[in-house]
Amino acid sequence: MSEAKCCCCESDGSFNLAEMENDTVLCRCEEVTLGTARKWIAEGYDTFDEIKRMLRVGMGPCQGRGCRDILLREISQITGRPVSELSPGTIRPPVKPIKVSLVARDYTGGDKK
Amino acid sequence: MSWKKTADAVVIGGGMMGIATAYYLKKLGVKDVALLEKNTVASGSTGRCAASFRAQWGGELNITLGKACIDRFEHLEEHLGVDLDIERYQNGYLLVAYTDKQFEQFKKNVALQNSMGVESQILSHAEAMEICPGMCVDDAAGFSYYKRDGHADPMISTFAYQEASKKIGVRIEKFTEVTGFKVGDGCVRGVVTNKGAIATDTVVNAAGPWAGRVGALAGLNIPAKGERHEILATEPVDWGVCPTMLMSFEPDYYMFQRPHGSILAGCGPNMYRKEAAPFDDYEMEDSWNFLEHMTGHLNKLLPRTRGIRVVRQWAGMYDITPDLQPVIGEADEMKGFWVNVSGARGFMFGPVAGEMVAEKIVKGSTSLPIDEFHWRRYAEGRFLVEPSIA
Repeated sequence: MSEAKCCCCESDGSFNLAEMENDTVLCRCEEVTLGTARKWIAEGYDTFDEIKRMLRVGMGPCQGRGCRDILLREISQITGRPVSELSPGTIRPPVKPIKVSLVARDYTGGDKK
Repeated sequence: MSWKKTADAVVIGGGMMGIATAYYLKKLGVKDVALLEKNTVASGSTGRCAASFRAQWGGELNITLGKACIDRFEHLEEHLGVDLDIERYQNGYLLVAYTDKQFEQFKKNVALQNSMGVESQILSHAEAMEICPGMCVDDAAGFSYYKRDGHADPMISTFAYQEASKKIGVRIEKFTEVTGFKVGDGCVRGVVTNKGAIATDTVVNAAGPWAGRVGALAGLNIPAKGERHEILATEPVDWGVCPTMLMSFEPDYYMFQRPHGSILAGCGPNMYRKEAAPFDDYEMEDSWNFLEHMTGHLNKLLPRTRGIRVVRQWAGMYDITPDLQPVIGEADEMKGFWVNVSGARGFMFGPVAGEMVAEKIVKGSTSLPIDEFHWRRYAEGRFLVEPSIA
């Protein structure tokens, strides 16, 4: 392991996910905490898509970019299955949020030629 | 978990139709109820649906069931005794007619609905604008509206049934796909799955768009197949952009804002797909054609959405039956093999249709009429007529 430590928190990068507090925000778009996700994973909602459907994790503007890996690691810790065996859930278009006016057929306003 | 090889009843399909059937079977005293879902609960049509419920139908059977479903959705959490919020929101469906012929039909529907205790109404353009300010419907011929129609989160509503079912002891087996049936002497004897077999004399096929394929595994011809429909969702924005379910049957569109702020909009495949109906498809692919078409409608109908961003789009299957009406009952050719297919309204009708099928199985009679929905009507040349569908 490298001796280098993070400049702001002194972490060496080997932090243990299980030590993260329950009130840590997992999904910033939908304001879901780790504790809430942990509760539902333990209730049997132990796939990314089930937690998404229950808590809206990954349905917001970032579309799971912030929360997907954290949630998968959390599911892995609780179920004991390696992350590589877990389904990452569906990743949907559009790749980035896009304005209605930029896509709309027959749009005649200012944003589209 | 160990695999139990027997059950008093097996329900196939973890959408609203299936989970509600399993819940009420158990509630009505069936001891050992198992629900089989090939993926996870609410992962198929229900979890992908347009989230809404209404009593504004044009046929008596649908009005009766639609009204009963609204009654149930209004108290679903208490009814099930679960600590979940289904985010119900009721400010009506505002149905838009674009031709005089459509509008005449709306007037007939409203008269029938009123005679059955559904206080829907015909609205003037000015009245409609009060309900949905900012919409652009100058080309409309008229409107109808019923304030108790509305929407709720389909996934959380289904999970509410799942939690209530777990509490009373329904076995729910996810990632469990039916691969065959055991049959003998004209009766169903068991279900074969990728996890093992279950001996049972009662099966409910609530597989929605896949109900035809599941039926075929038992050698039965169940007239239900899939048709891909698509929906888009925007980023959450301030309340009031589309405070009602704005919907039209011709052209086919609907749009509404969920309580958390996203605007959802969708339509049927005839509006943007190049190939012609009938469709028989099961893949859940999203299409650019839909996105371009649907944003075009948003832009025209709700000009305020122009600067709002689309964050996701998805597809789901409608369960299509020959007359687009439910297919419910026990197979004439096979005792103990029941079907509970909604005709593309499983989220809306499930909470009541599930209870009716459970009543029929347990008591032999139902408190609301569902017998007309038996699919033998097709062989007899009878189709149920419902004018209020796209």
